[in-house]
Amino acid sequence: MPALGADMESGTVIEWLVSPGDVVRRGDIIAVVDTDKAAIDVECFESGVIERLLVAPGGTVAVGAPLAVIANDAAPDVVPVARPPVRAEAPPASAVRSAPAPPAVPVPGRVRSPLVRREAERAGLDLATVPGTGPGGAVTRADVRRAADHGRAITPYARRLAAERGLDLAALGSSGADGVIRARDVPPAAPPAVVSRSAPVGASRHATATLMARAAREIPHYYLTTEIDLGTALDWIKGRNRELPVANRLLPAAALLRASVLALRAVPELNGHWRDGGFVPGEGVQLGVAVSLRGGGLAVPVIRDAHELGVDALMARLLEVGTSARAGRLRSSEASGATATVTNLGELGVDTVSGVIHPPQVALIGFGAVRARPWAVGTDVLVRPVVTASLAADHRASDGAMGARLLHDLTRHLQRPEELR
Amino acid sequence: MTTTLTESEAVAIVREALATIAPGPALEALAVDEDLREALGLDSLDFLALVTRVSERTGRRIEEDDYDRLENLSGWAEMLTAMPPPA
Repeated sequence: MPALGADMESGTVIEWLVSPGDVVRRGDIIAVVDTDKAAIDVECFESGVIERLLVAPGGTVAVGAPLAVIANDAAPDVVPVARPPVRAEAPPASAVRSAPAPPAVPVPGRVRSPLVRREAERAGLDLATVPGTGPGGAVTRADVRRAADHGRAITPYARRLAAERGLDLAALGSSGADGVIRARDVPPAAPPAVVSRSAPVGASRHATATLMARAAREIPHYYLTTEIDLGTALDWIKGRNRELPVANRLLPAAALLRASVLALRAVPELNGHWRDGGFVPGEGVQLGVAVSLRGGGLAVPVIRDAHELGVDALMARLLEVGTSARAGRLRSSEASGATATVTNLGELGVDTVSGVIHPPQVALIGFGAVRARPWAVGTDVLVRPVVTASLAADHRASDGAMGARLLHDLTRHLQRPEELR
Repeated sequence: MTTTLTESEAVAIVREALATIAPGPALEALAVDEDLREALGLDSLDFLALVTRVSERTGRRIEEDDYDRLENLSGWAEMLTAMPPPA
């Protein structure tokens, strides 16, 4: 069970997307886990063959407990769990796990389980016609369900989603090559319903409350702010957007994120974690981006290896993680492990953010609204689009001068937007 | 959409796009002169999604310079009905 967020203590397996015998690659999504905040797609840390699943759907285990045994190089390995989530690209479609196929020749199976009998009765099936795939040809619950679904394999989580959303299973199609209908094939319900499914407001609020209380208790914050003339950057964005397809347009937020990443690279003392009384610098910039959820609440998806992304790629990732976060469906690598966070409360019309750092991080960069303001240039006063950038930093890990350097660097990049590429 | 849009067609297209972004009672109750960002809580990512969807659906490219007019449904309808159909 990976730690899918700071202060996560345990997680519940909602669904397995693989079965024993399946070949998995590092980065494949193998399970869906429910945390206090959301349902999260868990990526595999290892490549190999699934030997055994150790936690049944519905089972809750502590962070660090093994979930499955993966055999690689002939030697079985328990999936290590206390590791940080793997940085992985989405697997190519061909790497997607295979589902157990029904046997080619339907052999009427034996039935041992009363549960299976009841399930068959409810579905109006004659058990003698259901092929069994269990030990000794026994008909399992999955066999009954497959038969009830006219031979189509549907994952339990997809089934639950469809039921909650009042959808007819027969109307669903699969997006995978194996024909298995998965959660992602179930059309989304109205967002409020999604939020109440995957992130009960109470639980999400509780998780935020725990983290923020810890931040206030442990972190001696200091705050710095600076005003930045965004005129040059906005003109540059506008120019680029005239040439880009509508769907690839840049938002000012992408420039602000890119400048933040460059500044965090320039001042690495503010990019990383405070652990056991010392600062551990981050490996690259894993950028947390605060996203407010419709219907209340906050999600902070992580853009992995943000330092490797130019402004266009960063914009594309921002769209992706923003959409996943709002749908309550983040991959495990997107759900935790940020080395610094940016919050863009300007969206809500406020001028200045004095934020709370997300432990164990040591810095939070905030942007207020971009507004037309009087701005002195030499001896003239011009009207320019101005944003207030703020830094909340951990005084255990850095001093004010370090923080000032970060804001200075950020300002410089926003005034030379061609450097943001 | 190869003909000029009528006002009701334009409003319907924008509402459909909004239904994929911010569905719910606030959208159903939305009046044509209400501020979209305020009434539906749209942020800049949502607004970009809206522009993208309406552009795709109508085949008309919406420029950033037009954004100021697009604060409510009437503004959208006014702009879309004035645009020539795509070649």
